[in-house]
Amino acid sequence: MKKKSLSDQIFVICNTIFMVAFVVITLYPVLNTLAISFNDGIDTVRGGIHLIPRKFTLQNYYTVLHKQNMVTGAYITVLRTVIGTLLALVTNALLAFIVSRKRFLFKSQLSLFWVITMYVNGGLIPVFLLYKNLHLTGTFWVYVVPGAVSAFNMLVLRTYMVGLPDSLEESAQLDGAGYMTIFVKIISPLCKPVYATVALFVAVGQWNSWFDAMLYNRMSDKYTTLQYELMKLLSSVMQQSGSADSMRNSGNSITPASIRAAATIATMLPIVCLYPFLQRYFVTGLTIGGVKE
Amino acid sequence: MSRGKKKAKQEITWKEIKRQKVLLIWSAFFVIYGFIFYYLPLGGWIMAFQNYKPKDGMLHSKWIGLDKFKFLFSDASFIRVIRNTLAMGTINLVTSFVMAIVFAILLNEVKNVVGKKMVQTISYLPHFLSWIIVTGILHDALSSTGIVNEVLQKLGIVSSQINFFAHESYFWPIVAFSNLWKETGWNAIIYLAAITAIDPSLYEAASIDGAARWAKIRYITLPGIKPTIMILLLMNVGNVLNAGFEVQYILGNGLVQKVSQTIDIYVLNWGISQNDYSLGTAAGIFKSAVSIFLILLANRMAKRSGEESLF
Repeated sequence: MKKKSLSDQIFVICNTIFMVAFVVITLYPVLNTLAISFNDGIDTVRGGIHLIPRKFTLQNYYTVLHKQNMVTGAYITVLRTVIGTLLALVTNALLAFIVSRKRFLFKSQLSLFWVITMYVNGGLIPVFLLYKNLHLTGTFWVYVVPGAVSAFNMLVLRTYMVGLPDSLEESAQLDGAGYMTIFVKIISPLCKPVYATVALFVAVGQWNSWFDAMLYNRMSDKYTTLQYELMKLLSSVMQQSGSADSMRNSGNSITPASIRAAATIATMLPIVCLYPFLQRYFVTGLTIGGVKE
Repeated sequence: MSRGKKKAKQEITWKEIKRQKVLLIWSAFFVIYGFIFYYLPLGGWIMAFQNYKPKDGMLHSKWIGLDKFKFLFSDASFIRVIRNTLAMGTINLVTSFVMAIVFAILLNEVKNVVGKKMVQTISYLPHFLSWIIVTGILHDALSSTGIVNEVLQKLGIVSSQINFFAHESYFWPIVAFSNLWKETGWNAIIYLAAITAIDPSLYEAASIDGAARWAKIRYITLPGIKPTIMILLLMNVGNVLNAGFEVQYILGNGLVQKVSQTIDIYVLNWGISQNDYSLGTAAGIFKSAVSIFLILLANRMAKRSGEESLF
């Protein structure tokens, strides 16, 4: 049994090559952007930058940090991530708590009411008009209020809560505890892992979204977000990519491409730094979420 | 179980309502919220049958019946947009499924625990990056001075730089690749979990019978994760039409718009940029209808073949 056959050895070698290639393809573009972000903009246009900057500079980051829109974007993005996550966590947890109570009279009706929203939605234009009529457009609240409850997150939380023993609730009720107390003091502490999972999903979603900023707050720079600013930078890069030569002669050592690289790195930094520590939570969440409804 | 449910339902008594007062008040809030944000927009669908003018509102706009739908299906660009959405959605669905399953199975064969963990951790990093970042990074890699052109030239496959974003034939593969780059590791997580759940004694028995690695993969691993594959496939079929907005919107340009534009972009262009709310809504309704049809179809096929079904 110990002796490996030839075909087995070939398999192991091929598999290792595949895995290495996979890692290289995943990491190389990211590291390349990192190198470009530290490289002189005009020098980058010449090409040939791989993993190490050729003409090191901090100018790109300096420019990014001094762009008013980037600063506002960072502020709004942090704010929407924090407020949006807290709000979504509280509302989804409360809803999941309600529909996971065994004795609740309308639990199946309320669940169905929300599950339907996963499959049927009004579409872009009606939703746009609704937010406009509710005066949500042009405000910060359009980022956090509409998505506060989502059927998917509710289902993930519900699945977890249903798995908790009923006796917890019953004995608390015997002690005279109301539903509020049961939710806050008994169920919630037990749900910490799944709360972390849902919070992580929501936070990443908030951090990464740009479409809502473009659609609902296009007119006001006051509520711009990091990703939307990045999107604008990217479009300017793509429009100018044909005219690299003209930029080389402009005398300015900063190009949209290098600013974009710096902004990209700055935007993904929080996620890259945090995610190794949060891994186990989202793996749990995905496994729960994949459970058949 | 079902009897217990029925029993609970019959208990709608004043005493029980009083006891659950708090829960009922909270749920009223969730019903109102859900009604406003998820059900009210459905009422907006009537705009598709009107010549909607914002100043007249939905109550006083002129009814035009199916004119907007007629326009849609006589519009060559809408037909093209449907084709693009279906094509890219299907390519993405198939490639991402195959890639995720292959990756999960191969990663499972890696016996070095540290290496396995490391590859997996790196593999799902891109999932957490936004589409803006992903398309930006890939745009760099595919640009005239990017790594892809450089490697292709060094290997002598091409003699001059390829401008990947200027040719229609490259667009769908680029979209499929960016989707694979971002999601393969993430999609594989659930298969890896399913593989872990397979009874190890099956593999041991197979080894004793002298089964080779491929035989084990084919006759134990694949059948073991088949239910997971089926259920995920079912859940994703309804999303085929949703697989077409961000990358296409960001990377699409005038040169490739014939193959890059999707239903969502069409809705955005007509509805928001041209202010034809009615036409945008009509296109949106068409998309919803097709999505629901696809879900029901997939579910039915799954039921017929004796697999698990969603409902």
